[in-house]
Amino acid sequence: MDFALERILQRVQRPARYVGGEYGQVVKDKAEVDVRVAYCFPDTYEIGMSNLGLRIMYGVFNGLGGVWCERAFAPWVDMESEMRRYGVALYGLESGDPISGFDIIAFSIGYELSYTNVLNMLDLAGVAVRSSDRGEDAPLVIAGGVCCFNPEPLADFIDLFFIGEGEDAACEIIGLFRECGDKRDFLEAASKLDGVYVPSLCEAFYNDDGTVGKIVPRQGVSFPVKKRIVADLDSSPFPVDSIVPSTGLVHDRVVLELFRGCIRGCRFCQAGHVSRPVRSRSCGTLVEQGIESLKASGYDELALLSLSTSDYGEIFQLCDGLIQWCEPRRINLSLPSLRADNFSVELMERVQKVRKAGLTFAPEAGSQRLRDIVNKNLTEGELLETCRIAFEGGWNSVKLYFMLGLPFETDEDVVGIARLSQAVLHTWKQHAKSKSRGVRITVSTSCFIPKPHTPFQWEAQITMDEYLRRVELLRASMRSKAINYKWHSPEQGFVEAALARGDRRLGAVIEAAWESGSRFDSWDECFSLPNWASAFEKCGIDPKFYANRERSDDEVLPWSVVTAGVSEGHLRRERDAARAGKKTPDCRELCSNCGVGCVANGK
Amino acid sequence: MENKLRLRYSKVGKSKYLSHLDLSATLRRAMIRAGVSLKYSEGFNPHPYMSVALPLSVGTESVCELMDVGIAEGLELEGLPERVNRCLPEGIKIAEAYFPSRKFSEIAWVEMSGFLYYDESVPYRACERLSARYSLDCIEVKKRTKKGESIIDIASFVCDMAFSESDNIEVAAKLSAQNPTINPANVMDALAGEYEELAPDFTSFKRLELFDSGMKVFR
Ligand code: SF4
Repeated sequence: MDFALERILQRVQRPARYVGGEYGQVVKDKAEVDVRVAYCFPDTYEIGMSNLGLRIMYGVFNGLGGVWCERAFAPWVDMESEMRRYGVALYGLESGDPISGFDIIAFSIGYELSYTNVLNMLDLAGVAVRSSDRGEDAPLVIAGGVCCFNPEPLADFIDLFFIGEGEDAACEIIGLFRECGDKRDFLEAASKLDGVYVPSLCEAFYNDDGTVGKIVPRQGVSFPVKKRIVADLDSSPFPVDSIVPSTGLVHDRVVLELFRGCIRGCRFCQAGHVSRPVRSRSCGTLVEQGIESLKASGYDELALLSLSTSDYGEIFQLCDGLIQWCEPRRINLSLPSLRADNFSVELMERVQKVRKAGLTFAPEAGSQRLRDIVNKNLTEGELLETCRIAFEGGWNSVKLYFMLGLPFETDEDVVGIARLSQAVLHTWKQHAKSKSRGVRITVSTSCFIPKPHTPFQWEAQITMDEYLRRVELLRASMRSKAINYKWHSPEQGFVEAALARGDRRLGAVIEAAWESGSRFDSWDECFSLPNWASAFEKCGIDPKFYANRERSDDEVLPWSVVTAGVSEGHLRRERDAARAGKKTPDCRELCSNCGVGCVANGK
Repeated sequence: MENKLRLRYSKVGKSKYLSHLDLSATLRRAMIRAGVSLKYSEGFNPHPYMSVALPLSVGTESVCELMDVGIAEGLELEGLPERVNRCLPEGIKIAEAYFPSRKFSEIAWVEMSGFLYYDESVPYRACERLSARYSLDCIEVKKRTKKGESIIDIASFVCDMAFSESDNIEVAAKLSAQNPTINPANVMDALAGEYEELAPDFTSFKRLELFDSGMKVFR
C-alpha cells in the first residue's frame, strides 16, 4: 500500500472501507487487460456495497475478457480532507491505482442528492468535472442508474448516459470503445446504440419564460433514446460469488432479486414506471441462486428484493424452498417490501419463526379518496385486517409511511393520517395477544417529490412552508402517546425536487453548490440548504421554478430526450384518472396499454 | 474444552484495518464458506463461540494472533488451515489449527517490532537517546483504563528494547501482554515533555510472537 495512504488511514474513521482486499474482489493481471473501468458509486462504501446493481455490473464487466473493473466510493469528509492535504488521488480499491489513468469512469447514480458527490469524486480523481474540459487523454466518463432517466442536469459533466439496465449493453459499449480511434468517434458511434444518450450531441434552447423551447439532436442522432432492458431475467447473470465486505455494512446478507418492474402502477412511483414491464426470475433459479450465494458468502441472512415482494407469483414455493435449506443452517430469511394484506402476515409468520421484527407498511395517503387518486390499491379494511392478524400473532410494533403534498391533497386527507393511525391503535387494543409490553406505532411523513416519467411529472411540489403547515396540522390531530409521529425535514426534498425535474442549466448550480462545499447531500449531517440556496442565487436560477411549478400541458419536458417505454399518452391518461379519483387496475388484472410492450401480455 | 479449536493466524497488510468485530465476522464467514461446522450457542440469537487471545489495535499488524473457536464434533482437522485460507480476504492467513492445552491467561509478553518515521529528518543520535530514555528506572506515562486516566510506570513492563537507524528508526521490544496491557501507543507516550523532539510523526507496528512468564513461546 502507498505510504501516504497508510499515513492518512491512521487518522480517519473506519479506515477498512478505503483499502479493498475483501474476499471475492476481482484482481486481474494488468498485462492481460486493455480496458480498465472504475465503477464509481457516489456514496459511502457501506451504501455502495449494499447495492445490488453495483454487484451485478461488477460481475458483468469483469466477466468480459481484457476488462478489469474496480470500485471507487465517495470518501467521507474526514478522508476527503486528508486526501486533499496529502495529495492522494481517488484510486480503485482493487489495485490502489489512481482512476485518472483508467479508460472509463462509470458512475451509478441512484438519487439526485448524490450529484455533488459525482463532481467531487471526479475532482478527487484529478479529472476535470466538465466534459468540455476533458481532453482526449482523460478517461471517458459515463453514468447509469435511475437518475439518468432525466440526464439533463448532469449533461455538462457526463460524456455518455446509459438509460435502463446495463447487463447486455456493457459488452457492446466496451466493444465500440475498443474499435473507435478517439472519443468523438466513439461517442458518435455509441449514440446509435439503444439506451445511449450523448448530451454533447444535442443542444437545448429556451423560451423567454424560462421553460425549455426545444432540444435539438445533431444529425444522425435520434430522439427519444429508448431505455434498455434485459428481456429474459431468468437467464441473465446474477453474481452468486460476489464480494464479501469485511467491514461495516448495515446488513450483511445475500440479496436475491425476484423480479424487475411492478404491476401496481402507483402514480407517484418512479421506480415502478421506469422499470416496467415485470420480468421475473423463476422459483427454481432463485432457490439455486440463493443457496449458491449463501455457500459462497458465508452469510447468515438472505433478503428478497423487488418493488413489491407479495406480487411475486411463486412466493410461497420460493419461501418454502429457501427455508428448507436455511433453517437447519440457522440462516434467517427477511422480506422487505411487503404489501399490507393478509397474505403478507402469513408469509412473515412462515419465515420468522423466532424473532418478531417490526412490521412496516406504506399506505402513502391517509384517506381512501387520496389513495385512489394516487392509485395505491390498499384499503383501510385491508390494512386493519393485516394489523389485526399481526397483533394476534404477537407483533407489537408497526411503522407506517406516508407522504404529504400528494397532488389534490386536502386538509381532510392530512387529518386522515391521524385517524388511520388511531384505527391501527384501536385494532391493537382489541386484538393484541398481550398488552403488557404496550404497542409502538410510528408514523412518518416526507414531502412528496414529483418525478419524471410518472403520471405526476407535471405537478407542483408543495412549498416547504405548506409542508410544515400540514405537518403541524397532522401533529395537532395526533391524540395518543402510543403513536409516535416523525416527519422528515422538507429541505432535502425541495432540492431533490428541483434537481429531479431540472434541465441543463442546473449543471452550473450543481457545480456552484459543490464548489462551495456541498457533499453527501442525502446525509442530514452534511446537507446545507443555505449552501444550495446561494448556489441557485449565484446562477440566477430560482429553485421554485423547478420544484413548485406545475408544468403546462404543452411544455417541453427536459427528460423527453429519453423514454422509459411508457407512453406519454398513458401518463396523461393516468393523470386524468387521478384528477377524476379513478383507480387503474394492476397489470395482472387488466393491461392498460401503457406502451412498454409486455411480451407476456402480448402487448 | 474438547471441541475448542485454536487458530494461529496473521493479520497483515490491508486486513490490519479490520476492527475486532469485523475480524470475528470475517473469520466466521470464512469458516462457513470452507465448510467448517461451528458450534453455536443456545438461545434466542445463536452465535458461534469465538474468543481472541489479545485484542489488537486497528492499524497494527500481527503474525501471531490466536483465536479459540467452538467447533462441532467430528471435525476433520487435516488440511483445515489450507481450506479456510482459500476463503479469507487479503492479509489474513491461518498458520495452524490445534487443540489447545494452555489458557490465554498464561500469555505474559508480546514481542513487537515497528518503525518510527519523522517528517523532517531522524533526530540527531536518535537511537542512542531513545535507548537512554527507555532504560531509565522509572518511565511514567498516562494510561487510559476502564476507571479513567492514571499514571503508570512502564519501566518493568517493557523489556529487550532495541533501536536501529536507517531512513527511519526501527524498534523491537517485548511488552507486557496482560495486567497491565502495554501497547506501542503507551510506549510512545513516554516521548513527551523533554523527550518531545524524539516523538515520531508516524509509526507502524507489528506483533511477532507471544511468550509466557518464563519467556517460553506460548501456543
Ligand atoms: S403493457 Fe400493460 S401489463 Fe405491461 S406494464 Fe404496461 S400496463 Fe402493465
